[in-house]
Amino acid sequence: MRIALFIACFNDVMYPRTGKAMVRLLRRLGHEVVFPRGQTCCGQMHFNTGYQDDCIPLAEHFCDVFDGYDVVLAASGSCASMVEEYYPTLADRAGSQRLHRRVDSVGARLFELSELLVDVLGVTDTGSYFPHRVTYHPTCHTLRMLRVGDKPTQLLRNVEGIELAELPEAEECCGFGGTFAIKNADTSTAMGSDKVANAMRTGAEVLTAADNSCLMHIGGMLSRGRSPMRPLHYAEILASTREDPLGTGGPVREVDRPTREFAP
Amino acid sequence: MPPFPEAAAHELRNSQQRHNLHKATRTIRAKRDALVAERDDWEQLRLSAEAIKNDTLAHLDEYLLQFEEAATAAGAIVHWAPDAESANRIVARLAVDAGADEVVKAKSMTTEEIGLDRALAAAGVDAYETDLAALIVQLAGDVPSHIVVPAIHRNRAEIRQIFDKNMGAFGRPAPDGMTDDPASLAAAARAHLREKFLRAGVAVTGANFAVAETGTLMLVESEGNGRMCVTMPKTLISVVGIEKIIPTWRDTEVFLQLLARSATGERMNPYTSMWTGVHHAEGVSGEPVADGPEQVHIVLLDEGRTDVLADPAGRSALRCIRCAACLNVCPVYSRTGGHAYGSVYPGPIGAVLTPQLRGLHSEQDRNLPYASSLCGACFDACPVRIPIPHLLTHLRSKVVDAEPAFPPSPERVAMKAASAIFERPAAMGLGERLAGLAHKVIRGGPDANVPSVPGLAGWFGSRDVAVPPPESFSNWWSRTDGGTRDGGDVP
Ligand code: SF4
Repeated sequence: MRIALFIACFNDVMYPRTGKAMVRLLRRLGHEVVFPRGQTCCGQMHFNTGYQDDCIPLAEHFCDVFDGYDVVLAASGSCASMVEEYYPTLADRAGSQRLHRRVDSVGARLFELSELLVDVLGVTDTGSYFPHRVTYHPTCHTLRMLRVGDKPTQLLRNVEGIELAELPEAEECCGFGGTFAIKNADTSTAMGSDKVANAMRTGAEVLTAADNSCLMHIGGMLSRGRSPMRPLHYAEILASTREDPLGTGGPVREVDRPTREFAP
Repeated sequence: MPPFPEAAAHELRNSQQRHNLHKATRTIRAKRDALVAERDDWEQLRLSAEAIKNDTLAHLDEYLLQFEEAATAAGAIVHWAPDAESANRIVARLAVDAGADEVVKAKSMTTEEIGLDRALAAAGVDAYETDLAALIVQLAGDVPSHIVVPAIHRNRAEIRQIFDKNMGAFGRPAPDGMTDDPASLAAAARAHLREKFLRAGVAVTGANFAVAETGTLMLVESEGNGRMCVTMPKTLISVVGIEKIIPTWRDTEVFLQLLARSATGERMNPYTSMWTGVHHAEGVSGEPVADGPEQVHIVLLDEGRTDVLADPAGRSALRCIRCAACLNVCPVYSRTGGHAYGSVYPGPIGAVLTPQLRGLHSEQDRNLPYASSLCGACFDACPVRIPIPHLLTHLRSKVVDAEPAFPPSPERVAMKAASAIFERPAAMGLGERLAGLAHKVIRGGPDANVPSVPGLAGWFGSRDVAVPPPESFSNWWSRTDGGTRDGGDVP
């Protein structure tokens, strides 16, 4: 199948590893991956902060870019939910029936990774290998907006060598919430510390999720707490094989500690 | 009252309260989940409730008139109050006319919303709460922290102290030897309240539902204090928000099933009281005597509700039946508690309802729609399916739309700049430029100890930042043709 990748601006700049992992995984499963030119941002940050007018051109642009593809894979669960859940609101705001039809059409062809693998491609065993103890955090938007259910854990459970540890209070929000993490930093931190404490309780080496934005927030707290636990998008775990295994050490560490004792 | 971020920061430092809230919300959650799980028609019940309330709101004018007619025919006196001030004036006058210098209260969120106690005090009437949790809050000189359990932020030890110290000033003091055992505390409250019930000539209550078809008011509670209020005093005054209407008697079937499970995690609440006007029974010598209150007054309150109704994208908030299920599952509420919201309606529903009712005039009200991470747990819990996350984003857009364009806020400038970049196809090298900048700011400068980036202090207070890698995905894709040449690392 020919699959168009929607990487999302944030992943493009901060977490290119996630997109590469998806490319590797899908090619291994025998699919063609394309990266439509000119893709930018879905507008979620603007929308959630209240700047709806600024998102309308972004929604139009999104439809232009992904118009010609039958299947679009979103590298971020929360960006996928933005398109599916809120683009119709934007079309209403723009008063455009045409935009409404376009966003409905693109929304129906857009999938998060586990939706694509399980529902569209019928794959639950991706032939992956990752001999580490892992705990999965179901991010709010994949869980409660996309309603992916247990598809990500179905996939993870079939990874060879993996030890999946259940995260206590898994369904509780990690406290990221886009600009919420900045506007309500104290509350966000209180939520994040509880998430981190629960994650630590699992004794996992890796905390995984379907959204790099939540992982950046949790990872930033893990890093500040000098925790050895690594945040990792689950696409990277699924991309890992016996022939080309992914460790949990060096390459995963993208979090720097700008503190004096670690300064060069 | 400071805006939510500051108020929350203050509440978060109260570790005893955080502990109490954590424990209490999780206990109610577990009970609710178990009882919801035993119903296989839960979703149908939610859909029915949503449909009934939508119908009610679409024809609210007709149902209100129908209610007035039916209630009046049954001997009640209906008053219309466009705002808090007129509602307070009506209630105070009724209490004074009845010759009361004190009233007992039950189920009084709405009277809390309009500040009735102060108005009554100004008219020389003392108001006493009779719900156990509301009593605790009143004795402590506190304000409610939760819709259903106003004293949720207090634990037993604190409650014993409050009773011991303050009960005497309000009436019968706490008995000697009272412990912090729930039974002992309840016994103290019962003895204290009994005195009030026996003396009071006037009761002021709210109502959970008002049935248009029959003119009936309905009060749902756990302790029986509400039952005492609606049966013992000679005059009964109920202050009812106009959104409490439901069309028919049959509709109560749907709501009673949803409410108790959602609110307290019970199949049915212990006391459901219903009254329709004034009821007469036959006295000993055959003469008609009032069975229950001799005068029944109903104050129908607007106070901003028709404004909410006028906003098609926002009106679903009026479906709320005040069960507080959204509070109990909210990760923000369960850490900050209710006081941070600066309103009688805290938590997710408060964050949308309060600024809708009061308008987006104050800094505090403009901040409330942002007091959420948009995690969506509230919608899943809500028995009437209020799409709270949608309402939050809707209100945020209203906040932004109402801001003057000049001078633009720093946030607006940042958002404009971001969308200007993003509207154009991914500028080649954008990622690289950002990454280069980040490396300079965070690790490459002469002083590598950069703890913060201007405007993002909140982030850096508790979190490190991930430094972007040197090459973006889009650049990697074009440089290596999707990982197929020039050292692209995807086979
Ligand atoms: S919004 Fe829904 S869950 Fe929250 S109090 Fe109202 S009815 Fe209950």
